Amino acid sequence: MSVQEGFGLTAHPLRIEGARGDHLLVAQMVEPGSRVLDVGCGEGDLLQLLESRGVDGRGIELSREGVNACVAKGLAVVQGDADTDLVNYPDDAFDYVILSQTLQATRQPRVVLENLLRIGQRAIVSFPNFGHWKMRLQLLVKGQMPRTDNLPATWYDTPNIHFCTIKDFVQLCDEINVKMERAVALDPGGRPLRLNAPWWFWNMFGEQGVFLLSRRD
Amino acid sequence: MVNVQPVKPSQTRSERAREADHPTSQLAQFGADKPLRLDCGVDLAPFQIAYQTYGRLNADRSNAILICHALTGDQHVFNTHPVTGKPGWWETLVGPGRPVDTDRYFVICSNVVGGCLGSTGPSSTNPATGKPWGLDFPVITIPDMVRAQAMLIDHLGIRKLFAVVGGSMGGMQVLQWAVAYPERVFSALAVACSTRHSAQNIAFHELGRQAVMADPEWRGGRYFEHGTHPRRGLSVARMAAHITYLSSAALHRKFGRRLQDREMPTFSFDADFEVESYLRHQGSSFVERFDANSYLYLTRAMDYFDIAADHDGALAQAFRGSPTRFCVVSFTSDWLFPTSESRNIVHALNASGARVSFAEIETDKGHDAFLLDVPEFFAISHAFLQSAASAHGLNSAVS
Repeated sequence: MSVQEGFGLTAHPLRIEGARGDHLLVAQMVEPGSRVLDVGCGEGDLLQLLESRGVDGRGIELSREGVNACVAKGLAVVQGDADTDLVNYPDDAFDYVILSQTLQATRQPRVVLENLLRIGQRAIVSFPNFGHWKMRLQLLVKGQMPRTDNLPATWYDTPNIHFCTIKDFVQLCDEINVKMERAVALDPGGRPLRLNAPWWFWNMFGEQGVFLLSRRD
Repeated sequence: MVNVQPVKPSQTRSERAREADHPTSQLAQFGADKPLRLDCGVDLAPFQIAYQTYGRLNADRSNAILICHALTGDQHVFNTHPVTGKPGWWETLVGPGRPVDTDRYFVICSNVVGGCLGSTGPSSTNPATGKPWGLDFPVITIPDMVRAQAMLIDHLGIRKLFAVVGGSMGGMQVLQWAVAYPERVFSALAVACSTRHSAQNIAFHELGRQAVMADPEWRGGRYFEHGTHPRRGLSVARMAAHITYLSSAALHRKFGRRLQDREMPTFSFDADFEVESYLRHQGSSFVERFDANSYLYLTRAMDYFDIAADHDGALAQAFRGSPTRFCVVSFTSDWLFPTSESRNIVHALNASGARVSFAEIETDKGHDAFLLDVPEFFAISHAFLQSAASAHGLNSAVS
């Protein structure tokens, strides 16, 4: 596997006061005026950011508190679950389907990923990289399941049941014939790592991966 | 301990009979020139719609909310009931500072056509005979009810409703409004309902109807002329239906196996248990305020309801291109209109690209939860209407 040229983002990253780095990155990948489904949209911060950029957004969220917060913001969000509810959406219903920091918590990540690209023309997927050096070091030195500031839960109460590395994810994309249009690795502060680095570097130093995917027809 | 209050049959019955033709409500009367086109092919004319309003209509007539009532509800949402003397049936949701804020919105609720509280129905006087319609009244449907409401809204000079809100049979009307008049409904709050009545629900309704019709006092629906009243039949129908509005957990929490006013079972078929006494009271108080034939007609209307069937079997087709903002709410312990029914609505709305929000509220109160004090339900209703109001350009108070 090698780095593909032009995978990184444009030289002028989006900056909006108060918005999370990874949200801005995702927002930048979405073309204004498109239809977007945010799976696991939490309290709707990303959806709100997208709608402020002229996007027609919808959300799915597991917690009722999250749904409430979204509805109060005027967002169209349904209570649901990536594993069970994506099957009910028709083909090509959206231009983009976003799955932010949720893939590792699904029961069937592969099926979920396939559904994302059935429902949407494109999918934007972000996930924590279990190949990050801090993870590797904890496992190697302490011999225990790693815990970090961004992933503080113990192994027995974490919702994250399907961790993967950036390399694993790329492999899955190849297996299910998904095209990677863009890929970015973020550091622990949510800032993109330097562009045009080799995959092993991203897999070692990226704390999370953000991928823009499409179907390879 | 359940507080069982005695009802005064003769007095309430005569009051109710008067309400059928001359209700303690505002009245919209439609003459022969404005018939109600019914799905069964009959033009109903003349007919009347009894309704209540709360709050003030703003200058550009954009703050109207229509409340649709459930099977045995009526137009008295937020005022003392003229027959029972009880508070309005949705005072938990409607009122000043409530999610349906009467300081902010102009709230309308009408008795459905086929009802017995002043809108034309089987207990109204048939102008052709001078006697109550009885079973000569044409069979009505949910779309018929909504068509009549649309005529009322026209009559009130309102072009577009800010919101249509309802639970159970009221929720069916909300969905029907959105399907039939998408441009006239800015937002729709459909609670504990379905786009079609399930086989199980039709079965329960049939049980209720058979109970009514098996009562010899029903007299083929002509009980008014015979001076009889199918009290027992209607009471049994209500008792059976009432069980479906609750949940096993709620019944157990409320009554357990406690005995009613006694230390020991009586070894008889008297109402030994509190739950029996409660059900009997539900039945006997219901028959004083509700008309038996109306019960037949309105349960039938729910049975016939099937939005998809009216759109070549494709539910999503019914909502295609809908500009309405939807909020669908279900309750975890509701087994009459379970969450799966609400999810069907949501899937169809999603497939049609409509703007929909959905929440399932955790409660053990069963189907009746929408009428009870359930803070999470109020929270989402408030959030939905509040954000819809901003999107609709409604200021916080009526100027």
